Amino acid sequence: MTLPVFFIPVEASAHAGQVDLLIWTLALLVALLAAPVFVLSAIYLLRFRYGRRADRSKAQRGSVWLEVSWSVIPFLLVMGFYVWSTKLFFEQQSPPDDAMTINVVAKQWMWKFQHPSGTREINELHVPLGKPIRLTMTSQDVIHSLYLPALRIKQDVLPGRYTQEWFVADKTGVFPLRCAEFCGTDHSVMGGRLIVQTPADFARWQAQAGADRSLAASGRELFDRLGCAGCHGSNAQGSESPIRAPPLVGLYGRPVPLSDGTFAKADDQYIHDSIMLPNKQIAAGYEPRMPPFGNVLDEEQVAQLEAYIRSLGGKEDK
Amino acid sequence: MSPSQVNPRMSQEAVPDTPEERRSYLAEGHSLRSWLLTTDHKRIAILFMVAITFFFFCGGVAAALIRLDLLTPAPDLMSNDGYNRAFSLHGIIMVWFFLIPSIPTTFGNFLLPLMIGAKDLAFPRLNLASWYIFVLGGLFTLITVVAGGVDTGWTFYTPFSSTYSNGAVFLAITAVFISGFSSILTGINFIVTVHKLRCPGMTWGRLPLFVWSIYTTAIIFVLATPVLTITLVLVALERVFGLGIFDPALGGDPILFQHLFWFYSHPAVYIMVLPAMGVVSELITNAAHKQIFGYWFVAGSAIAIGVIGFMVWGHHMFVSGQSPYASAIFSFLSIVVAVPSAIKVYNWTATLHKGEIVIDGPLLYALGFIGLFTIGGLTGVMLAMIAADVHLTDTYFVVAHFHFIMVGGSVSAYFGALHFWWPKITGRLYNDMWARLAALLIFFGFVMTFAPQFVMGYEGMPRRYHVYPQVFQPLMVMSSVGSSVLAVAYVLPFFYLFWSLRYGKPAGPNPWGATGLEWTTPSPPPKDNFETVPVVDKEAYCYPEQGRAGEPQTQQAESVDA
Repeated sequence: MTLPVFFIPVEASAHAGQVDLLIWTLALLVALLAAPVFVLSAIYLLRFRYGRRADRSKAQRGSVWLEVSWSVIPFLLVMGFYVWSTKLFFEQQSPPDDAMTINVVAKQWMWKFQHPSGTREINELHVPLGKPIRLTMTSQDVIHSLYLPALRIKQDVLPGRYTQEWFVADKTGVFPLRCAEFCGTDHSVMGGRLIVQTPADFARWQAQAGADRSLAASGRELFDRLGCAGCHGSNAQGSESPIRAPPLVGLYGRPVPLSDGTFAKADDQYIHDSIMLPNKQIAAGYEPRMPPFGNVLDEEQVAQLEAYIRSLGGKEDK
Repeated sequence: MSPSQVNPRMSQEAVPDTPEERRSYLAEGHSLRSWLLTTDHKRIAILFMVAITFFFFCGGVAAALIRLDLLTPAPDLMSNDGYNRAFSLHGIIMVWFFLIPSIPTTFGNFLLPLMIGAKDLAFPRLNLASWYIFVLGGLFTLITVVAGGVDTGWTFYTPFSSTYSNGAVFLAITAVFISGFSSILTGINFIVTVHKLRCPGMTWGRLPLFVWSIYTTAIIFVLATPVLTITLVLVALERVFGLGIFDPALGGDPILFQHLFWFYSHPAVYIMVLPAMGVVSELITNAAHKQIFGYWFVAGSAIAIGVIGFMVWGHHMFVSGQSPYASAIFSFLSIVVAVPSAIKVYNWTATLHKGEIVIDGPLLYALGFIGLFTIGGLTGVMLAMIAADVHLTDTYFVVAHFHFIMVGGSVSAYFGALHFWWPKITGRLYNDMWARLAALLIFFGFVMTFAPQFVMGYEGMPRRYHVYPQVFQPLMVMSSVGSSVLAVAYVLPFFYLFWSLRYGKPAGPNPWGATGLEWTTPSPPPKDNFETVPVVDKEAYCYPEQGRAGEPQTQQAESVDA
């Protein structure tokens, strides 16, 4: 895991290459814009030094044309880069539909990863080469930031909220994984390794690391253990018991009518909040009877429940 | 002094002594009481200078500890918590107790009335109150240190600061909270002074550019600081009473804190830079003995920076989880705000053209500002590009970028101002050879300290790391060695400047042949500045072509020189 210290550090994705191209051409432009200041200052210092004979007649006190040109030309040049950079950024905002989702939970001072297969790892993230990977991230405590320098991406990880970043690694190997947002005592050692493997190696690793059940199956088990079925029905299909709660089958990704007349989309964030802070948004037609699970469940368990609810089908198969 | 050690312009003329019939402000009393109860803007400027110099030293010690510890990747000098406290203290002290007040409260205080031909600021007692409030805030900072320090960084990000930190967050917040009122009062004082106390003939178009930049800074003080004040109160409420404002576990929103904090703290960067730009405009025109190139563009760009500076705060938050559309807009506005800064830099360069340039200490400091600010500003343009920022933010690249602007730029300008107006403030001349040496050392020490940090950041080295990967050690060592050069360079002026107080030649009213009204008074100026109210009949920087000395902005200068 040795990075070359000078010049271009290892690039493990196509995106990383594009970011480097942006940064280096931008650095070139910036150097061009700075050059007149350094070069002309030096020349003027020599030529117009006190006591040196030089033609000082007709010194200008200003020129609107000069002012306009040295404002507008650099601005337009930089705007070209603005369009390029913003486009690159927006590409990085929307993961493809076939991306594999890995849940990330940050806590002081470690990174926990849960694969859809149910495999869990700490401070190490194994991913297959060439497959789009989406990291759905949240924090158990303060703000952290998952930084993968070899991929040129980072994203803050917030408590109580999901953020995401995605990538396609195109180089196998071991790359650094770091926390980039100051998070307390051991911030500087809250790091780990990103391990990119060929799909075959990755499958072998997963078989070896062996989860006894998938993420959704763990969620199902939690669902039963916590007694969710009492209100949501034994297969989460809704219940006719006196305490009614909405059915969860087919819920994922659909708009949910709320008691205040608005709608919410049943995405991960909605499901997360409905479990942890159920009184925040109440589904229309139901009593606000659900107890908050904010003090009962940790973020990893919530992710398992979400996986279970996702597995019950819905509008978007994500 | 040999001729090479003095400014050639002033060696031409005999230096008249300060007229005895007009006592200087320094001779108005020597007791402690005469200083602590003074309402003279010049004495209050000195009080501020003493206070911020003390804090510059404190913040510098913290920086030295950090750089020493980072010589090796392992945590050897301090514990992790100790290191976190060191950089937090360094940031809090340097930002709020040195950089923000630095030029406005010292040179702003000293020069503003002199430059516009006034006897004092509009509210002299408010001015003194502002100093006492500042000192009280500083006292709380020192108490914070005694109480075990604070580990939040100067940014106080929630919910770490409000819920999780085990440092003395409340005390630190109180310190910053109090010092904010000092900024606000100084800001109001400056605004009213510029509007109401300009002497006859001192129209807006004749204001020295330093006044324009201090005026803009004062407006930012008044508009931005209250937002920080309120935000800190909210953090304190959450920390002390568990009121859910920023911590999601209590139903709050941590991103809200970042919006509020940067709404102040980005304009605060311009509080640090605009006065420095004003200083540089004065120093460059005088060194070149030439009218500034594009007066209205330089003055107007200060206002433009002040206004647009309020609309770019979101560029600190590209990876925070704010809307990507908001990021796109903030990115655009951040490029726009770079334009007026570029205008200034290009105009200074053009001012040198066909000048008659004396390469002395003040000029070298001003050129140091221009060089370091240009690098800092242009790397800022790189950071304004979202796709680049996603990789570079929260790394050493950002650390290098803002140190180039705030330390390389603003501190160089502070030292430039100190050298340029030292003869006015103290009435003495220092040895210019030492000044040139210190200016060069500051420039090269600075570049050696922070240039490697650009490389480290690009290589993926996050900021605020006590323990770091082995590969970064060579660059870290380079940076630490540079910082020791920088430390020596910063201490050097204290020796030759204090030496000049006793052994320096008397400066006379106008040693540089400068044109500002402040140079028409004796050095040091008497308590009421001007014997009679000056009447201004020229614009600023009326340096004649091929001339030795400039024409002062008022014709009454001779009578004062006597």
